[in-house]
Amino acid sequence: MELPPTNRWLTRYTWLVVAATFVLIWLGGLVTSRGAGLAVPDWPNTYGYNLFLFPISHWVGGIFYEHTHRLWAALVGLLTAVLAGWLWARETGGRDRWLGLGAMALAVGLLGVRAMPVYVALAGLALPVVGWGLWRFAKQPTGLRWLGVAALAAVILQGVLGGLRVTWLKDELGVFHGLLAQSFLLLLTVVAVLSSARWRRGLAQPGEVRALRLPFLVATVLIFGQLTLGATMRHRHAGLAVPDFPLAYGRVWPRLDEEAVRRYNQQRIEVVAAHPITATDVVLHMTHRLGACVVVGAVGWVWTRSRRRLAAGHPVRGLAAVWLGLIGVQFALGAVTVWTNKAADIATAHVAVGALALLIGGVVCLATWNAVWIRRAMGGGATV
Amino acid sequence: MKRYGTWIGWCAVLATLPTLAAAEISGKITLKGTPPPERKVVFDALCGKLHTKDAFTRHYVVGPDSGLANVFVYLKEGPPGKTYPVPEKMPVLDQVNCFYEPYVMGVLVDQKFQIKNSDPLMHNVHATPKVEGNKEFNIGQPVQGMVTEKSFPKPEVLVRFKCDVHPWMFAYVGVMPHHYFAVTDKEGKFKFPADLPAGKYTVVAYHLKAGELTQEITVAEGDKKELAFTLEAK
Repeated sequence: MELPPTNRWLTRYTWLVVAATFVLIWLGGLVTSRGAGLAVPDWPNTYGYNLFLFPISHWVGGIFYEHTHRLWAALVGLLTAVLAGWLWARETGGRDRWLGLGAMALAVGLLGVRAMPVYVALAGLALPVVGWGLWRFAKQPTGLRWLGVAALAAVILQGVLGGLRVTWLKDELGVFHGLLAQSFLLLLTVVAVLSSARWRRGLAQPGEVRALRLPFLVATVLIFGQLTLGATMRHRHAGLAVPDFPLAYGRVWPRLDEEAVRRYNQQRIEVVAAHPITATDVVLHMTHRLGACVVVGAVGWVWTRSRRRLAAGHPVRGLAAVWLGLIGVQFALGAVTVWTNKAADIATAHVAVGALALLIGGVVCLATWNAVWIRRAMGGGATV
Repeated sequence: MKRYGTWIGWCAVLATLPTLAAAEISGKITLKGTPPPERKVVFDALCGKLHTKDAFTRHYVVGPDSGLANVFVYLKEGPPGKTYPVPEKMPVLDQVNCFYEPYVMGVLVDQKFQIKNSDPLMHNVHATPKVEGNKEFNIGQPVQGMVTEKSFPKPEVLVRFKCDVHPWMFAYVGVMPHHYFAVTDKEGKFKFPADLPAGKYTVVAYHLKAGELTQEITVAEGDKKELAFTLEAK
């Protein structure tokens, strides 16, 4: 089993797509933080205009954030399609190559039909294709093209979900849209890492990484859980459910009875149209706080273990240190989000750093779970 | 000719009799306690041009003698068997200087009301009802003077309207199955239509922040009741 030969330009291009996706997540976070998700009431058009022809003079208020997000999303979609095509073309030949490329071109071309039934059909098809791509990759981990297929399907699904969130007015779609964005970023990063000779060499370094597999996985799953909680809180559009930190309404654990929640709402003076908070919002918020402490503990623990087990200079040890630093920044951003009454820029940075934390967790998991395989694939020994 | 005049006169008297016999309910809502201070609205560049003075949120609008504005007051259940003609004048939810006007208003079930954009800029109008049967909608009103007519088929207190282009813009519309509702003015005063038949009723005063109070009342024909509610800011 051998990994395909590396291509410096492919790796660079993949990192470019990763960077563009990270910017897109930042812009998406800004849209939610500014409460501008529905500032453009139609989709795929923008106030009746074609997306690309909407006059700049109308990019005002919430429209600016939502429209920029849509345009950037179109760019990421295009970049991903090129990446998927590139990966497919370099790993296949003859009829397979043209069939695969033809199918990808058809999927992208169908998006241009701009009809709701076509969008819904594409989204319905995209989810199983994502699963199929990941399954094929798991069976044949040298085939990065399958990750490309999964990424293209995911970006189509993501785009249509974003559109349906606008036309169907369903908050639940927003939560899934947010989580899929984070997972998509992780998927692209895996492609970038595996396509890079330097990363492959680094991650395949000997060391007792096997013993770190489970702790890294647990910490990464905990981070994903935190992101899920965060996305749920954001898409309930209730604003800041607990306005003080480290205490909560002046107590270690806030009161949740009806009278207390009524008083919380009485005292909230929101500038934006936030829903009144409920006991569920308060519990979600407090669970997110507790989850933050658990994540700090878990990442601190894996960092300590990696220091004990891996030699200085081992890339996994280095990544663990960066990871812990990032989690520290994320914790601080969470606190500042509360202290600034959920200032849009701070809350958005909190989303973006959360995405980075998941990304590093994913890369470290890839390294610890697949180091043996990566070494073998590179022609090295099997003992790691 | 004189005969016709007499007939018309009698008809007019008979037509006004039910009204004369009907009860009239009015009252005042006051706020006890000190509400939290309102927050300054930070406009974007375009909306900022429409304002020469600072503008603030409108959660608690309290008059000098503690009268609380924007309280939606209504009968929990209207008199049985009574029908309500749709008023000729259509209520208007206007967008003026990047605010909704009025902040709270009421309409009858299925009564059409207008949503108007009086601003020289783009707004979107996003209604977020919660009661099943009342449909959420989000429409664009990009042009000044644009008017859209809407109605809701189910009673709901209160349906929130918001503009996502300008997130500080939001307002509320109460949808009632009868016309015994009112929104308190700047002095906290309200008055129901003066054609309420005698009977037992529950009057509800609902404020988005200060909460809800109810009063059971019994009115006889021709009664004029003056109610007083005191909501509390804790």
